[in-house]
Amino acid sequence: MESAAVDSAAPRLVKLEGVCKTFNNGTVALTGVDLEIRRGEFLSLLGPSGCGKSTILRLLSDLTGVSKGWINWAGQEHELGFVFQEPTLMPWASVFKNVWLPLRLKGVSRRDAEGPVMDALEKVGLAGFAKSYPRELSGGMKMRVSIARALVTRPAILLMDEPFAALDEITRNKLNDDLLQLKCELDATVVFVTHSVYESVYLSTRIVVMAPRPGRIVSEIEVPAPLPRDEEFRLSKLYAERCRETSAALHKAMGMDTPKGASH
Amino acid sequence: MTRRRLQRYALPALALIAALLFWEAMVRINQIQPVILPAPSLIAATLVKDWAPLYRSLLVTLSITCEALLAATVGGTLIALLFARFRWIEEAFFPFAVILQVTPVVSIAPLLLVYLDSGGAVLVCSFLVAFFPILANTALGLSSVDHNLLDLFQMYRASRGKQLLWLRVPSALPYFLGGLRIGGGLALIGAIVAEIAAGSAGSGSGLAFRIIESGYRLNIPRMFAALFLISLTGIAIYLILSAVSYLLLHRWHDSARSRES
Repeated sequence: MESAAVDSAAPRLVKLEGVCKTFNNGTVALTGVDLEIRRGEFLSLLGPSGCGKSTILRLLSDLTGVSKGWINWAGQEHELGFVFQEPTLMPWASVFKNVWLPLRLKGVSRRDAEGPVMDALEKVGLAGFAKSYPRELSGGMKMRVSIARALVTRPAILLMDEPFAALDEITRNKLNDDLLQLKCELDATVVFVTHSVYESVYLSTRIVVMAPRPGRIVSEIEVPAPLPRDEEFRLSKLYAERCRETSAALHKAMGMDTPKGASH
Repeated sequence: MTRRRLQRYALPALALIAALLFWEAMVRINQIQPVILPAPSLIAATLVKDWAPLYRSLLVTLSITCEALLAATVGGTLIALLFARFRWIEEAFFPFAVILQVTPVVSIAPLLLVYLDSGGAVLVCSFLVAFFPILANTALGLSSVDHNLLDLFQMYRASRGKQLLWLRVPSALPYFLGGLRIGGGLALIGAIVAEIAAGSAGSGSGLAFRIIESGYRLNIPRMFAALFLISLTGIAIYLILSAVSYLLLHRWHDSARSRES
């Protein structure tokens, strides 16, 4: 019997209750979202375009506010790390300065930041590139810098918005493995937005499948295999089962995309 | 890549020398009078002979151009910052900038001469033409910041000042430098045009005044010599601003890097 990777009794980190989000132009991005994110889990938000996956990340990171409902954090301070779909680096700044940015904005001097910045770069395997400029790096390396920047503040929760979608499969698989390794090392909570069924099953301890127009949660799938995982896991029965199950849930979610929601 | 480099520098130099030789030969063979078309050698000789007054004029033109460019850079940048910070100021005042830009400077110059002494009028003219490209480019740059980076700064609760200094200003730098390069050339044009418009009205002594004066005296070689100095000034301004641009951007911006081949 495989043990559950994350105890469902693990302490709650944040809870979304009845969250609705309507944009200024009247588009209903999310409706009635209830979601509990537990400490230490790797949660994937999976769904077609326009189902509000990214909106959930923007709400969690306080970039936008809820229209209705609540977001309750356990504890006062919650340090966040955010990784965008693009590396989103400052092209005029060296790798070191890019990773230093979150600390610098908190008033940490260059000297005091040296340790944590080099540590973060080491974790993503780019310690030798501190002086390079983003232009000199490959797509995968830029994404690693972006991850290092998100990790440098030692966030309690790492929000990732389809971070590897633009990368080739080889780079993507490598980064998936490295991400799981990092997650375990740092004991971080990750919320990961993706389009890919296989990626979500490989990475997650729990998958939340969403449907569009209006964005809502339609099913939840647990993947009870310990982290980190490796190629062996891709060949396991559990992986195949969960892929099939998740794929079916996704199809169902897209099938629900009917004018039923026209009243919104 | 020595061959490539040779082609890049030697070829235009050779073409230039060939053109000058052809000009010299045409003048000599056809015995063209200097009053119609002076030979390059005569222009060079005039440059040496009349160096004292020409040099004085060159300094006048240079100082006007530099002062105007400096004022346009400071003014254009400050107003662009103001536009970026307060949307309503941009909406209210951008039309003024456009009106000033689209009105040909030659037509404003006589009017300025009514209100200002000729030195002041020339300076203002030069400033007006250089100002707009710097303002427009910098304003565009300040508002063309990567939205994800803006989100990132917001997420880490960056103050407006830090957002401006660490994000908007570096983002706008390539745009600003592009505007500066255009503005540099235009400042010289503005200075020359205004001085020509001021012409008889003013007591100007810049290079444009030398051209008019030499024209009246039918001293065509001197006219060419002054013209040569104006071209040289324009080229120098362009090269200096290009070098500044290269120094600031070459590590990171696509415009300053050669493509891999």
